Amino acid sequence: MPTSPSDLPGPGAQDAADHPEEGLADLAVVGAGPAGLAAAVTAAGFGLRVTLIDAGERPGGQFYRHPAPQLGAERPEALHHGWAAFAARERALRAHTASGRVTYLPGHHVWTVVPQDAAQDAPQDAAPAGDAAGRAPAAWVLHAVAGPEEHAVAVRARAVLLATGSYERQLPFPGWTLPGVVGAGGAQAMLKGGLVLPGRRVVVAGSGPLLLAVAGSLASAGARVPAVVEAAAYTGYAPALPALLRNPAKLAEGAVYGGALLRHGVRLLTRHAVTEAHGTDRVEAVTVARLDADWRPLPGTARRIPCDAVAVGHGLVPQLELATGLGCATRRAADGTAALDLDALQRTSVPGIWSAGETGGIAGAQPALVEGEIAAHAVAGRPVPAALVRRRARLRAFADAMGRAHRPGEGWTGWLRDDTDVCRCEEVPAGRIREAVADLGAGDARTAKLLTRAGMGWCQGRMCGPAVAALAGEEQAPDRRPLSCPVPMRLLAGLPPADG
Amino acid sequence: MTDRPHRRSPRDLVGGRPDATYTLRFDGRELTAQAGQSIAAVLWGAGILAWRTTRQGGAPRGAFCGIGSCHDCLVTVNGRPNQRACLVPARPGDAVTTQEGTGRADLAV
Repeated sequence: MPTSPSDLPGPGAQDAADHPEEGLADLAVVGAGPAGLAAAVTAAGFGLRVTLIDAGERPGGQFYRHPAPQLGAERPEALHHGWAAFAARERALRAHTASGRVTYLPGHHVWTVVPQDAAQDAPQDAAPAGDAAGRAPAAWVLHAVAGPEEHAVAVRARAVLLATGSYERQLPFPGWTLPGVVGAGGAQAMLKGGLVLPGRRVVVAGSGPLLLAVAGSLASAGARVPAVVEAAAYTGYAPALPALLRNPAKLAEGAVYGGALLRHGVRLLTRHAVTEAHGTDRVEAVTVARLDADWRPLPGTARRIPCDAVAVGHGLVPQLELATGLGCATRRAADGTAALDLDALQRTSVPGIWSAGETGGIAGAQPALVEGEIAAHAVAGRPVPAALVRRRARLRAFADAMGRAHRPGEGWTGWLRDDTDVCRCEEVPAGRIREAVADLGAGDARTAKLLTRAGMGWCQGRMCGPAVAALAGEEQAPDRRPLSCPVPMRLLAGLPPADG
Repeated sequence: MTDRPHRRSPRDLVGGRPDATYTLRFDGRELTAQAGQSIAAVLWGAGILAWRTTRQGGAPRGAFCGIGSCHDCLVTVNGRPNQRACLVPARPGDAVTTQEGTGRADLAV
C-alpha cells in the first residue's frame, strides 16, 4: 500500500529517501483526538491520502477516551458529552481505512518531525524548517516509536497537521505526591478507559471547567464528591457575558454539569483551594482554604475535609514540543499558557505545518473538531465554509473568556512549604528552587532547572513546569523537548547521521 | 456521612460485561483483571494506589496523570522495570511487583 509506513532503515541500510515518492502521504496527522480525527476524515473525504498517527490504542484522544472493546461497555457514551460527534467520525475513519485512503497507525508515538531534505542539510535545531524563501520542503519525515518493543517507524508526507492536544496544568501543594492524589484529567482518563475510581470519596480541586465534568463523571460512576474546590470565581465570567450568550450550547452544557452536581449533592466552593493533603501512605483528608483574588490563602479560613482521593488540575497546557522543534511561532494565550500562533487557515508560521485544537490555545473538543475540518479544507485547497469560520470564532471567544477567568493568580505559591516536592520525578522541594532563585541568582526556570534538577526527570517538566516558572518569577515558556517521548538509544543510533 | 445500600459503580454506568476476566499477581497477591484494563486500572480496582517507591525519599507513588505523561506509575511487570502501569495492558498471569527506586537493584555495585 503506497501510504504504509516504512520501517526505519538500520545503520548502513539504504535510505528510503532514495525513493522519495514511495510511501509519501498527502497529509500526515499527528494525534487522533477531536482535531486530528476530524481533519483526517475530512481530508480523506476530499481525496487526500492521509496517514493518521496516534499514541493511543483507539481513536478519540483524551476527550473521547473510551474502554477497550474487550471491556464490553454497552454504553460508553454515558461517560461523555457529544459522543455522537465522535461516533460519526470514528465510523468515517473505519470506512476510509478500509478503502485505503487513510492509513491509521494507533500506538505510534511521534517523537520528532524533520524536513526530508534535512538528510542532506546540516541539522537545523529550532530554526524554522521552511527554506529562506518561506517555501515548504517537498516532504516531511515523522519519526515514531511503536509497540511494546519500541520499534522505529518513519512516515513521509507532503504536509503535516499537528493535533497533539494538551496535558494537565498542575500547581503543587503540600501532600500532592501522596498516593490517592491524582490528576483530575487522570481520574477522568482512568474512569473513561479502565472503568475504575481512585477512591470512594473524592475531593475535586483546582481550577477550570474540566473540574465540573470530572466531578459529574465521578459522581455518576458511584464516587461521593464532598466538594469541587475551584480557585477562581465564576463571576470572572461576567465581563465575557456577550461571548457566553453567543454560545447557548455551552451554557446548556454548564447547566447539565450543574444539574448533575446538584443531583449528586456536590458542593461547588469557588475562590477556594486545597492547600494541603494529609495522610501517610495515602491521602486521608485535605485542608481547604479561602483565597483572595490573587489566589493567596486567607488566614483563619482553613478547614479539613476527609476523603480517600483528590482529583486535582488547574486547566490544560498545549502540548507543543513537535511544533516548537520545527520552529513554529507561539503566542501567550488568555489562560497564561503558550500556544501556537496560527492563521485563519490553521497554518503555523512554518510552511507545510498546520495545527488544530488545543495546540492553538486550550478551548475544548468542539472547536477542535471545527478547526480540524478547517485545516483539512485548507490543506486540500478547498474554500473554507463560512459557517465553520463563524463557529470557530464563537467558540474561541468563549474559550478565551474561560481561560482569563481561570488563569492562576500569582498568590498560589503562598500555599507551598519549603519541604513541598515541586518536581515529582527528581524530588526537588520548593525550598531548593527558592534558594536557587533568591541566593544563586536563577532568574528563569531554565537556570533553576540546571541548579536543582527540577524538570529533568522522566516527565520532562510536564508536571512541574508551570510551578518552577512561577517560583522563578516568569511565565511558563513554550514546551521545548528534543524528543517528545522516551526513545531507546538504539533507535537514535540507527538514524542516518545528518538526521540526528 | 452514611453509605447508600447499593453504590453505583462505573460498570453500572456503562453496562455490559468484559469479554473475559483473569488473574494476575501483585507482590504475590492475586487480583482480578477485566480484559482490556491497564495494569494501573486493575490495581485501582483492587483499591491499590501505590506500586513504586521513589529513588531518594523512598516515598510511595502510583498513577497520577493517567495518560502516560508523568511516569509516576512506573512498575515492574514480569521482571521488566520502569513500565508505565497506566499504559501497559494487563495480561493473564502477569507478575506485577512494587518497583523500588530505579528498579535496577540487580545492577547495583
